[in-house]
Amino acid sequence: MKITCNDTTLIPIAKKVEAGERLSFEDGKALYLSQDLISIGNMANQVRKKRYGNTAYFIYNQHINYTNVCSNMCSFCAYAEEENSEKAYTWSVDQIKQRIMDRIEEPIRELHIVGGLNRSLPFSYFTDMLAMIRQIRPTATIKAFTAVEIDYLSALSGASLEDTVLTLKQAGLMMMPGGGAEVMSDRVHDNLFPKKIGKDRWLEVTEAVHRTGLKTNATMLYGHIETLDERVNHLLSLRTLQDRTSGFSAFIPLAFHSQNTKLSHIPTTNAFDDLKTIAISRLILDNIPHIKAYWVMIGEKLAQTALFFGADDLDGTIIEERITHTAGAKSAKGLSRKSMEHLITSAGLEPVERDSFYNDVRDLKGEA
Amino acid sequence: MDAIYEKIDQGIRIDSREALDVFVHGDFLMLGHLAGRIRQKKHPEKVVTFVIDRNINYTDICVSECRFCAFYCKAGSGNGYVITRDDLKKKIEETLELGGTQILLQGGMNPDLDLDFYLGMLRYIKDNFPIHIHGFSPTEIHYIAQRCGLPLEELIKTLMDAGLGSIPGGGAEILVDEVRQTVSPNKCSAGTWLEVMRTAHTLGLRTTATMMFGHLEKPGHIIEHLQRIRDLQDETQGFTAFIPWTFQPGNTGISLMPKTGVEYLRVLALSRIFLDNVDNVQASWVTQGDKIAQTALAFGANDLGSTMIEENVVAAAGVDYMLPKEELIRLIQTAGYIPRQRDCFYATVREY
Repeated sequence: MKITCNDTTLIPIAKKVEAGERLSFEDGKALYLSQDLISIGNMANQVRKKRYGNTAYFIYNQHINYTNVCSNMCSFCAYAEEENSEKAYTWSVDQIKQRIMDRIEEPIRELHIVGGLNRSLPFSYFTDMLAMIRQIRPTATIKAFTAVEIDYLSALSGASLEDTVLTLKQAGLMMMPGGGAEVMSDRVHDNLFPKKIGKDRWLEVTEAVHRTGLKTNATMLYGHIETLDERVNHLLSLRTLQDRTSGFSAFIPLAFHSQNTKLSHIPTTNAFDDLKTIAISRLILDNIPHIKAYWVMIGEKLAQTALFFGADDLDGTIIEERITHTAGAKSAKGLSRKSMEHLITSAGLEPVERDSFYNDVRDLKGEA
Repeated sequence: MDAIYEKIDQGIRIDSREALDVFVHGDFLMLGHLAGRIRQKKHPEKVVTFVIDRNINYTDICVSECRFCAFYCKAGSGNGYVITRDDLKKKIEETLELGGTQILLQGGMNPDLDLDFYLGMLRYIKDNFPIHIHGFSPTEIHYIAQRCGLPLEELIKTLMDAGLGSIPGGGAEILVDEVRQTVSPNKCSAGTWLEVMRTAHTLGLRTTATMMFGHLEKPGHIIEHLQRIRDLQDETQGFTAFIPWTFQPGNTGISLMPKTGVEYLRVLALSRIFLDNVDNVQASWVTQGDKIAQTALAFGANDLGSTMIEENVVAAAGVDYMLPKEELIRLIQTAGYIPRQRDCFYATVREY
């Protein structure tokens, strides 16, 4: 027996999905407007199953947020501080080294490094940081700097985007995270993050990074002032770029947390929206390999559930998440490997610990 | 498996063997799909209900000493409390001010309390406040009956006369004695629990039924539990609702991983499918949090339980989700349903 759509408006979309046809803007919108959660999940789950069968991924990783000083001061952010604020911090390369050395015995596969735009840091800080990490953690992937930071570093160094990335790559950069896109809409940009790069520049930077041969992720911050049209258009923009570059590895929907931000009146996202956003991402982004359920933002229980709504990856163990917790996240700050595996096996799926490039590292478990 | 799915979808009752099969091997979303359709048939209105009430735990002194409990104080230890009239009064007044229609009155098996205490408490509440008393789980009723030497029927009648309006389904845990003997050896047997409910139903007193899973039970025990509830419901039609919830291991004598969201949703969907004679299935936001509780609306639940102005027992195990009425309403609306405040018998109090 097959799961049939209770919401009959979804039937043509379900047929397209089954035939492997690409979904349109209207399809994305119709999916968002429907409350037939199980049918939407089922479509996305079929797509996930075709790609990954019974497998769900996670990674043993560490986050490094080298500074919270940021000249952008986006209104949705609880993390950024002015340079002279009491809460402002910037880690020296040595302090970053200490953070990594503190956990050097752990089999960490990836360092996820993002920070604010701190005007007091010279370009050499970034290359020194990368070189230092490559030396002390040679087996971990250095996944660092969003397109926003890359744009900034290019201006700082005076070199072109590609040359900037190539310099960073030479110093040790191996991959880029997907942040900073927020929602690619000029309207939202002008309202919430006017100082940050907008849609066109984000796509331009990301394309330049892809041209250097580095893979990146992509994200979408949802649940603030954006419209459903803007969300679907965001996904379509990513799909168009991916058709040209094939440089995106994973897409991660990021549920907005408003506490301690200028938008604190906005309630947290609800589970129907979280699950639908993951499912619709899976369905529209037919050319991006992986969809992550980011447990920090939607909680462990819902992230696990999302493995049946199109997600194939629970992201990482993290241990010390800072950014979303500053904005009031109630999830744990980190999960053990055992907890990750338990979430996946108790959902009836097979946990595969991966590296940044989705290679199975289960045989190497203790190493790194 | 397909044959069982078809059967369920056609509204044909499944037996415990089939239930075990779909529970253990069934597709997660298929369970949700089937449970959602049954819920849709039973409740064609696009409505999700909830009740505004407060848990009042009249004592935390308990001789039962269940391994899964983080709330109780040992009898004779010198610790613990029995609620004062003043506290009781204040709690009820606050409940009424917040639009509450009922209190959930439960407590430990406290050897220092006699029948007059219980009757006095009920009468005091009914004499002074327009509020429904949903009180005394079968475990407590059985304990009181033993202590005062009254037959069950007579005791329940006496409690009803004093103001008891309905009985909560707590203390059911898993209605299989081999499991109860490991997790709550001093609590009444499964047979006694059911006997209290049967007696109450026969006297016209409605009750709910619960199931606490995720401790030492096996899948087969969950099915056995559901079978017992369904059998009694066939006999009496006295259960208004079924509420499965997960054991919270924090601060208790049982150390294990708590059940995950997917595991909870599977049990919830199975409950909706198997209990074809129970009208309402409640999602437990107290143990699951708001996100899984909302998701549960797509897996067969039609009710979000209570706003729980105060909750102490689950909080003692380290789980402390707070959900004010406005949040409950938002969860229901954003899932595409109309929120409706109900009373204990699922009659409409107010629509939002």
